[in-house]
Amino acid sequence: MSDDLLAVLKRLSAAPGVSGAEATTLRALLVELLTPLADEVSVDVAGNVIAFKRGQQTGASRYKVMLSAHMDEIGMIVTGLEGEFLRFTQIGGIDDRVLLGQLVLVHGRRSLLGVIASRPPHVVLPEERGKVIPHDQLFVDVGLTANELKRQVRVGDIISFDCEPVELRRDLIAGKAMDNRASVTAMYACLQGLIELNHAWDVYAVATAQEEHGSYLGATTFAFRLQPHLALVVDTTFGHMVGLSEAETFKLGAGPAFSVGPNIHPAIHRRLASLADSLEIPYQTEPLPGHSGTEAWGLQISRVGIPTGIISIPIRNMHTPIEVVALKDVTRAGRLLAHFVAGLEGTFVEDMIPGT
Amino acid sequence: MERKVLLEQLSNAFGPSGDEGEVRELIAEAIRPHVAELQVDALGNVLARKPGNGYPLRVMLDAHMDEVGFMITYIEPSGLLRFGAVGGLDPRMLPGKRVLAGRSRVPGVIGLKPLHLATKDELTSVTNVQDLAIDIGAEDGDEAGQWVSVGDYAVFHTCFGQLGEAPSDGRSGRVKGKAFDDRVGCAVLVETLAGDYQVEVVGAFTVQEEVGMRGAHVAAFVAEPDLAVVLEGTVADDLPGEEGAPPSTRLGRGPAITLMDRSFVADRRLVDWLIETAEAEDIPYQFKRPNVGGTDGGAVNRSRAGVPTVALSVPCRYIHAPVAVMDLSDFWHTVELLRAALTRLPMAGEIGDGSI
Repeated sequence: MSDDLLAVLKRLSAAPGVSGAEATTLRALLVELLTPLADEVSVDVAGNVIAFKRGQQTGASRYKVMLSAHMDEIGMIVTGLEGEFLRFTQIGGIDDRVLLGQLVLVHGRRSLLGVIASRPPHVVLPEERGKVIPHDQLFVDVGLTANELKRQVRVGDIISFDCEPVELRRDLIAGKAMDNRASVTAMYACLQGLIELNHAWDVYAVATAQEEHGSYLGATTFAFRLQPHLALVVDTTFGHMVGLSEAETFKLGAGPAFSVGPNIHPAIHRRLASLADSLEIPYQTEPLPGHSGTEAWGLQISRVGIPTGIISIPIRNMHTPIEVVALKDVTRAGRLLAHFVAGLEGTFVEDMIPGT
Repeated sequence: MERKVLLEQLSNAFGPSGDEGEVRELIAEAIRPHVAELQVDALGNVLARKPGNGYPLRVMLDAHMDEVGFMITYIEPSGLLRFGAVGGLDPRMLPGKRVLAGRSRVPGVIGLKPLHLATKDELTSVTNVQDLAIDIGAEDGDEAGQWVSVGDYAVFHTCFGQLGEAPSDGRSGRVKGKAFDDRVGCAVLVETLAGDYQVEVVGAFTVQEEVGMRGAHVAAFVAEPDLAVVLEGTVADDLPGEEGAPPSTRLGRGPAITLMDRSFVADRRLVDWLIETAEAEDIPYQFKRPNVGGTDGGAVNRSRAGVPTVALSVPCRYIHAPVAVMDLSDFWHTVELLRAALTRLPMAGEIGDGSI
């Protein structure tokens, strides 16, 4: 199962799918991957990919759980053409420090391989050499003449990082878009797990669009339409590395993190923790005193409110093309999600909401 | 086509200054059928001799095999690898990049604090090399030590590839890759050694240019040439935002002839010889802007009692970066110019005979 998941994670990581342009390659890949695991796979108006799996409950009123893992990644957009070169700005929070020397794909009339570059150091003033170059002063070189470039690329074309993931020691994988393809992979593992497990509730596993832009458009519009009884968000969190405090980071390979705080329904956190204990899955606790920085922030206040939980997978170097994740954390998150869904019963929601 | 494959192999090969073995083996294999004698000296330079047809002039053709890279200086208890720069690395280029480290070529990434947790100063200031580290995913220092030792080298992990339209002939169009400085010079030299000349030719593939032209000192002494041509991949900065001085060189305008760089002044007779050849053969050429960069020419031209020297370069954007870009037409024009110049050499008979 791990080999299969590794392959899925690598394919998802490499696929271009910048916020608002998830259709580039990623959407079709997700439909292909999820179709064998679901009763129905659909794409909605926001660009979400929804894998629906019917539960065994009977009766007219059906309980629905929404699993939400955003599929989009940070990227760039063309703002201008300058001779043989392209100027760009960011979509989502790109890290200017890592841009120089990165390979990208410019999604013009066709996909063009390019390099992010700047003026070489010998023509830069010494006092400028110590400063990170803001992305609006960098450019992309796709190796075309100015005329050919005009034919191939227009302002507004999307740019994504271009890199195949690479396997590091242990079970660590480095690549782009592990935020949040690691979580999408966990959701895939959950659906795999649900083939073997009975579940009463209807499951809507949603690979959502446009999280990185900050509007949570995909998650919130789908939740409005669906009105789920419970929502579980899977996202990534800060992995521990030298130079960062252990208080604000989570160890890679030590299990997923379960969030606590105002954005999370405490009963969901309690259930995740007790479930992990009974399955002997290690986990970490992520205290979030305010905005979780995830789709849960939008989901929680949809319509009459949705009891919402967050499972996070630790990654290093967030928002760079070398995000590092531990495969076993992905596997664990997937297994946990499957068992969480399988354990849902009607009374769980009633018990969670005071006064019902 | 075959030579493009060689350029690809040379670009992808691991060969920072002091560890050029992999490059040396590729070159030796490629030139063995074309040379009378092949010698590796005490520093690791490859000297390849073609005796010529009795014309009393020995020409040294120099290209350096080494590339900029990293040396592992310390293994942290956490498993992170601290490193020093081998040659002129631009610290702005390093965060978020992939490398291959050590004899087992283990993949690693140069990590950084996620931008969400970094201070404003950390986001805008370039991090010093001594504060960066390579993460190979090891659990701790002991595990890292199984893969990499202090003193091992690392290089950027970049694959050679085509940009833009892939032309059918493999002789034009732009390509990307690492270490074009100076693997493209090596490729020009290999291609040139396949020809036959009246003059005696010594091909010198040198080590350690990037740390101070160390190999060329020895190679020139051993070769004892009458004149020398240094083959380089040199700075092309035909980029947006240029102000004041014109670019050092431009892509697609043919080989760049050096008049003077920071390491030496080119011999005017040899400059004229190259210009006359180019004009007679209708080969495009350009001049490299004076006083940019240094080359093996600085070592060769003061060897023994002095060697008239010129440098001929293939323009490359983004040298010393993880990904450089060059135009294959410049590569082939450089080969054509050099081969034609060598066949015309008897016309320049006064060189080396003491006349002025």
